[in-house]
Parts: sequence; C-alpha cells; structure tokens
Amino acid sequence: MEFFVAQILTGLANASSLFLVACGLSLIFGVTRIVNFAHGSLYMLGAYIGLTLMEVLPGHFGFWGSILLAGIAVGLIGVVIEMLVLRPVYRAPELFQLVATFGVILVIQDLALLIWGPEDQLGPRAPGLRGVFRIMGEPIPKYDIVLLIITPFIALALWWMMTRTRLGVLVRAATQDREMVGALGVNQAWLFTGVFALGSALAGLGGALQLPKGGADLLMDFTILTPVFVVVVIGGMGSLPGAYLAAIIISVLNVFGVTYIPQSTLVLMFIVMIVVLMIRPYGLLGREEVAGEHGQVGEPEEPIKPASARVRAIVAVGLALLALLPLFGGNFALVLTTDILIFCLFAASLHFLLGLGGMVSFGHAAYYGGGAYVAALLVTWTETPMELAFLLAPIGAGLIAIVVGWVCLRLTGVYFAMLTLAFAQLLWSLVWQWQEVTGGDDGLVNIWPAGWLNDNTIYFYVALVFSVGGILMLRHVAHSPFGYALRAARDSKRQAEATGIDTRRVQLLAFTFAGFMGGLAGALFVFSKGSVFPNELEIVRSFDALIVVFLGGVKTLAGGVVGAGFFKGVEDVLTRFEYWRLIMGLLIIFVVVVAPEGIVGSLRRAWRHFGPGDSQDAATTKEERRL
Amino acid sequence: MQRKTFLKGLIAAGALATVPLAAAAQQDPIIIGEINHYKRMAAFAEPYKMGIELAIEETNAAGGVMGRPLEFIFRDDQGEPGEAVKIAEELMTRDGAVMLTGTILSNVGLAISSFAGEKGYVYLASEPLADSLVWAAGNPYTFRLRASTFMQAAMLAEAAAKTDATRFATIAPNYAYGKDAVAAFKENLLKLKPDAEFVAEQWPALFKIDAGAEVQALERAKPDAIYNVTFGPDLAKFVRDGTDRGLFDGRDVYGLLSGEPEYLDPLGDEAPEGWTVTGFPWYDLEDGPDGAFVKAYQKRYDDYPRLGSIVGYMTVQSIVAALEKAGSTETEAIRAAFEGLEVDSAMGPITFREIDNQSTMGAYVGTTALEDGKGVMVDWEYKDGANYLPTDEEVRALRPAQ
Repeated sequence: MEFFVAQILTGLANASSLFLVACGLSLIFGVTRIVNFAHGSLYMLGAYIGLTLMEVLPGHFGFWGSILLAGIAVGLIGVVIEMLVLRPVYRAPELFQLVATFGVILVIQDLALLIWGPEDQLGPRAPGLRGVFRIMGEPIPKYDIVLLIITPFIALALWWMMTRTRLGVLVRAATQDREMVGALGVNQAWLFTGVFALGSALAGLGGALQLPKGGADLLMDFTILTPVFVVVVIGGMGSLPGAYLAAIIISVLNVFGVTYIPQSTLVLMFIVMIVVLMIRPYGLLGREEVAGEHGQVGEPEEPIKPASARVRAIVAVGLALLALLPLFGGNFALVLTTDILIFCLFAASLHFLLGLGGMVSFGHAAYYGGGAYVAALLVTWTETPMELAFLLAPIGAGLIAIVVGWVCLRLTGVYFAMLTLAFAQLLWSLVWQWQEVTGGDDGLVNIWPAGWLNDNTIYFYVALVFSVGGILMLRHVAHSPFGYALRAARDSKRQAEATGIDTRRVQLLAFTFAGFMGGLAGALFVFSKGSVFPNELEIVRSFDALIVVFLGGVKTLAGGVVGAGFFKGVEDVLTRFEYWRLIMGLLIIFVVVVAPEGIVGSLRRAWRHFGPGDSQDAATTKEERRL
Repeated sequence: MQRKTFLKGLIAAGALATVPLAAAAQQDPIIIGEINHYKRMAAFAEPYKMGIELAIEETNAAGGVMGRPLEFIFRDDQGEPGEAVKIAEELMTRDGAVMLTGTILSNVGLAISSFAGEKGYVYLASEPLADSLVWAAGNPYTFRLRASTFMQAAMLAEAAAKTDATRFATIAPNYAYGKDAVAAFKENLLKLKPDAEFVAEQWPALFKIDAGAEVQALERAKPDAIYNVTFGPDLAKFVRDGTDRGLFDGRDVYGLLSGEPEYLDPLGDEAPEGWTVTGFPWYDLEDGPDGAFVKAYQKRYDDYPRLGSIVGYMTVQSIVAALEKAGSTETEAIRAAFEGLEVDSAMGPITFREIDNQSTMGAYVGTTALEDGKGVMVDWEYKDGANYLPTDEEVRALRPAQ
C-alpha cells in the first residue's frame, strides 16, 4: 500500500511539466490550428533561460522568480516567432505552418548550442527543498511534493482564465469557430499572437520547473515532443482539462509500467493512445470536429491535368541527361544522385497520400523503413537472394500499410495524423527493442546488392529506373479513374459516396499504394547503403518527407519530387558548414514565407503571371521588387 | 572540377607506391577522412577533435609521416548511418582520403564498417563501443581502438566479484548498448561469482528516464549492489533521484563509463561518491605517456582533456604508426600494417590484435569521490584491455568466417 501511494505521487509529480507543455500546445492548436512542432524547442529554451537566471538571482526569490521570468521570456520569444514566421502563412494550405515551425526548431537548436555550449547542464536544486519527505515511510523528494501541489493551482488559474475572463471567452470562441469570431470584429491577428505567446510561456514554464528534477540539454526538444503530442491527442486537441487528465494518466501508468514491465518504457504510451483513440476518436475530452473545419484554406486547388508536350520534352531531356551522368560525373556524384533519387521516390509516395488523398500521415517512415527492414531481414535470416528480397520489400511495406491504414482511416485530420505517428513509433519500438531479430540499435549490416548490381554505376541505373518509374507510376495513377475517385473522396466525402464511390476503400487502397512505393524507396535505400538502422523508422525521417512535400508544393503534382531534389541537394552542400542547421532553418522559413504555395506552386504562379512568352528573368526581378 | 580533385587524390594515393614523382608531389599531404557527429554529440566530438588536432600538429612539426604532412578532413554525419556512408564514399573517392576513421555512436560505426568491408577501405573505429563491430559483424578492413563494452563491463565485474554482494540489480538504457553492457557484466560476474543473483533489471528509454519510478523499482528489489549503464542526462536524473531517496546508501554501485569527465563533470557537486567506475582521471596523471599528453593538451588549449581527447590523440598515433609500418598509402598495405600493429600510445603500449582487429587499449577503473565541489576518481588503476577479452576460441567462434 505504501509503495502504491509512493508510486502514484511520483507519477503525479512527473505529470507536472508534461501538463504545462501539453496544455500550451493544445491551446495553440485549438485557436490557431497550428501543429507547433517547435513546442519542444520552447520548452528547451525555458530550461536554459531559467538555468541562466538562477545562476544570477540568489535565494528563494531568485529561484522562483527565475522560473516565472523564464516563462515570460519564452512567451516573448513566442510573440516574435508568431509575428515573423507564422503570421505570413496563416492563409497557406492546411498544416503548411508546421513546416515553418520545423524551420524554427533547427534555428533554435543551433542558437542554443551557440549560446549555452554543448555540455549537458544539471539544474540547480530548489533552495530549501533538498532531500525527502517521508510519506507512510516511503521517501518522496520534497520538490516532487511541491510540484504536485503547484500544478493543480496552475491548472485552476488557467481554467479560471478560460471561463471567467474576456480573453478566455475569445479563446474558447475561436477554438469553436474562428471565422465567426473574426466576423464579430475581434482582431484575430492579436488574438492568435496572444494565444501563441501564452502557449509558449507555458512551455517555457514547464521547462524551467523541471530543472531541479533534471537539467537542460540540447536533445530535450525532441525528447519531450512525442509524449506531449500523445498527451494532447489523448486529452483531445484544444481541451485543457483533457490535457491535465491525459498527463496524469500517462505519467502514473508509466510509473507502474517501469515497476512491473520494465521493458515497456518505449511502447506504453503509444498503446494507450491507440486504445483511447479506438474508443474515443477525438480524445478523452475532445469534441468531434465539425465537417469543413479542416477544409481547404486559401484558394481552391486547380484541377490537375496531364503534362503538356513541352513539359514532357523538358522532363525527357532532363532524364536523358541524368542517364548520361556516369559519363561526366565522378563516383561521388553517382552516389549522391542515387541518394537524391531514392528520397524523391519516398517524398513522391507521401505526396500522393497527402496531396491527392488529403491524408496527412506523420508516420510515413514506417513504410520506408519498413521496406528497408523487410529486405534486410529476408537477406539476414533466410538468405533470400537480393533480387527477390528487393521485390518483396515493397510488398511487405504495403502489407504494413494495409493494417495501419485499416485502423487509422476511422479518424480524420490531426487525429488521423497522430495515429499514423503512433503506429510508426510502435514499429520503431519493435525494431529497436527486438534485438535478437532486428539487431536493435546496432541494426542489420552487410545487406549488399547481388554481385552483378554491386557497382556504383550499375546501382545508380537501378535507382534511376525504379525511382523514376515509381514516380511516373504515381503520376499515372493520379490521372486514372482511381486518382479521380481519390480526389473526390478528399474534397467531399459525402458527394463522392453519393455518386457511388466507396471512399473508405479508395482511401485504404491509396494508403496501401503509397506505403508500397515508400517501401520500394526503402528497399533501394538499404541496398545502396549496405545496412539499416532504426533511424530509418524514426519520426525525424517522417518529418523529412513531410517537409519537402510541403516546401515543394502540396497542391501540385510535381511538388514532392521537386522539393525532395532541391532540399536533399541543398543539405549536401550545407552540412559542410559548421552552423548548417541555422542556415537550413532560415532557408526553410524563408521559402515558407516567400513561397507559401511551395516551390512548384509559386513558380507556376509566377510563370502564369508573366505569360509563357516572358523569360525567367522577369520572374526574378519581380521577386526582387517585392523584397 | 570534381574530376580534377579525384585524379589528384589518386595520384596522392599512388605517389609512394609508384616511382618517386616530382618533389612537389611528395609534399602532398596524406589525407585521412574523419566522420563524426559534430552537431548531434558536440560535447563529445569537440574534445575528441581537439585531441586529433593536437596530435596532427605534433606529427607535422616532427616532419610528418614518410616525409609528407598529415591532414584530416572532418565531416559531420548528423548522427545518421546512411549519411555517414555517403560521406565515406565521398572522402575516399573524391577527397583522396587513404583511410577512414571516427564515430562515437555504435550504429554509425557499424554502418561505416560494413561499407568499408564491402568496398575494401580501411576503417579505424575510434570510439564506438559495440562488441559486434569486431566480433559478430567484424571484417578484415575494420579496426577498433577503444576498449569495447565487453572489456569495460568485464573490468567492473572483476571489481564486483571481489565484494560480498550477491544480489545485483541493473539499470541500463533500453537499446543495444545497454543490453550488451548488462549481458557482458552478467556473463563475467557469473564466471567469477557463480552464486550472484540478478534481482531486478530496469530498462529506461534512452534519454527519457523516469528517474523517480526507476529508483522506486530498484529500491523495491532490495539489492546489495547496483550496476548502472545510464549516461548523459539520464545519469544526472538517476543520481539526483537516487541520492534523494537514499537508494545508494549502504550499496555498492558500479557505473560503466560514469567516471569519464564527459559524464561526471556535468553532475558538479552532486556527483555520486563511492561508485566503482571506468573513466579518465586526467587530474592525477603526471608521469608516463598519459601525463605527458595531459600536459601537452593543457598547454595547447585553454581547457582540460576529456576521455574523447585522449582517444582522438591515440587515433592519430595509431594511424601514424600504421602508415609508417606500411611504408605506403595503399589500402592493402595499411590494412596489413594494422594487423598486429604495436603502438606506443598515450596510454602506454597497445596492440591491434590479429585475431579480431581490436586494440588492447585499456581503461582506468577507480572509485568516485567529491573534491572541491566536483566528482573525481580516486584509488584508480589502469587496466590493460588485453586481460579482459574472451579466449581466442570464443573470439574465433564469434567472428564470421572469412
């Protein structure tokens, strides 16, 4: 019994930071509809700023004052981010803003490294709170007790603000229907800025409050991101009481998991999330999304059409040049181009899902890495010939996609996205943990192509044929009746069903097809590198693809491929510099702000604006004038 | 442009193997490709790089290698194995590197190793610890400098076997390194102390430790001794919560790598006392080659050396020794030179074993204590790695048939 109580108290104390960060994220999403990936970075900044302040300010007042000031400082940073980065892109396609927040992550990572240095910093103790209280004989750190008393007060204060103040009324109104709030004469811009600042301040507060239990390090931005997303989704996006409840459930369950099933630490919260979403598709206290709420923002998409003869000719010439690369490029040029081709296919498969299917997957790496692992496992354990393993890989990835798609397609919008993320994480945990079979973090090595393919030039042609073939096939499907049905299901599910389209089946098929193509890219990858590690299943890999698709242009057919090619190339150049993440982050933000329709979308607009007769120069001068 | 540098690299590589070329060509530097996680693990990679640069400066001041200056190209792989393989290709085929070295993370090391084995490039894995690098996934082109997980765990098991403790609990991050470290400790301890019993095994997620819960779970098992493999931010949280809740009172604690300045220093005055750890007590090193290294390092930089620094320094020493022995920059000559290579390193003489390409670099084992508000190792002893490796038969069984 004593042990049981001690466990629960530990869980409640752990819930504290998690709740603060999660409710900030939830607030921001509720009002602005922005999935703020940079929320973990704000949490990290809170920790670092709090730490710096605590070194300067002495005593009790200094400690608690530093925590408050850290919250305020991060709130102000939030204002800057919102005004400079997000405000210009509110009218961009749905979820485009998350790309901008990803740029912010990169910038903050390098700035934090510049300012605070690479070493982990241990947080100072709260003055007067060193040591433990004995509760029923079990030692509980004093600071834990303070945390679990403070948190409900902060939650209450937030609740009071939401229900009793004008700002709270506006926020709740905007969460329900932001167009209406705008129509009633509320200055939306400032409301958004205010909410973003409040959410950021809460993240900063969470970061500073956890200092005595840990410290500040450069990895904490990504470390907190997944649990926070899980909490927000389980609680229901936009619901504060939900976030509190979910933070407690996750934290307490985790404490018991650690004791009774120590191996469960990786998967527990994802399993909880999947179970909750199966029973309550909008989280514990979330409300059902009103149809159309997530509809297309901005101008309606123009219908796709087959490429003109001129475009075809240009592409054909480009491909021919690419095919001649071994004649004039060096060995490394071949390897780099192979990498880029593979990534283009991966991005194109996600683009198919996202652009044509309207299904935003946050876990597409599951099929890319899944395909790579299927091939690697076959080669390692059954000594399957490389050629066969290569062909079976996309099929394996497709099978994974069928299962995941079948479960996830019950949901829509952000909940769908989070559920795909949860499955990707489950697969990652499985691979990471099942060391006997998958090699765990040490991966599977010596997965080389068959002898006749094992040459950079020949493998380059393999990658060229399969990547370009795959991309052309994805394009072809977009123009097929199936592609039309898919877009119908995306734009208006009800009308599509009324015309006799089984939208669920169409979407599941599309999901599987995209997974299949992702798996093909994964198979190409594993044989080009000779090894595979759980990295290829990580969230970061899913985000890589997501970002290039958005930057390339979701609403264009070529967006995924162009974005992937452009950014993979840029990355290869940038990583040679010391502070390349800073430059990359700024570049992403720049593209987001200047070209909210993505690279392809904006080029097309510029092209149309000046008519096909105008030269490229006209477009650039216009760009310069605007700047 | 690309072609030109490629050709230059080829010429440089072949310069000594072929007939002596013009004097200018003789002065072309010997290039070594170094791949590491300069951003992802900056706190570890930077001191390592500083150690390398110190050794290069000393080498070149003394006339270089075979009359040619030594040069390293440092590249950041973002901690991604796939990226590292791409960079390895570029270093070897475009930049004219004669061999590869680097990495801290085991998975990246394994990726480069597999690539090097396939393409026939020499790779000296400086810091990755995974046992499989030289055993289960070993290949003739991969050599490893640092004492592996198995070796360091064996040193701690030896210390643990000398105590009366029989009930052991372990806590290790839930991934390959943590699992290998626990398995090696168990294997070696049970060999020396067959009545040892493992009463709890905790597996926190890497860098996501729930310290309070882990400490409670360990306490509940009432062990005599605890074997810790957590590191970095996890270690800080574990130590703080464990100290608060009295987990370490009256218990022997063994900490793998916990005594390395990289991990001990961030803990400041909360560094645990009385733990038996492997680490790097640079502050006590005065005589001998390691003392000379510390002096040179502190003279060159306004900083003190970390474990990574001396590993970086020894990496260059090993490469220089191999090149001198090979008398050539041809891959096959370098590979052959590394086999059985003896190096007078900053930690004393080490040998790259012919049987598995693992060097006999050892580790410092000691007890932690607090001095002037920071953690240090006392009563330490340098343990030669050669004594903590499995028997030759076992190694032969582990390594794939060539």
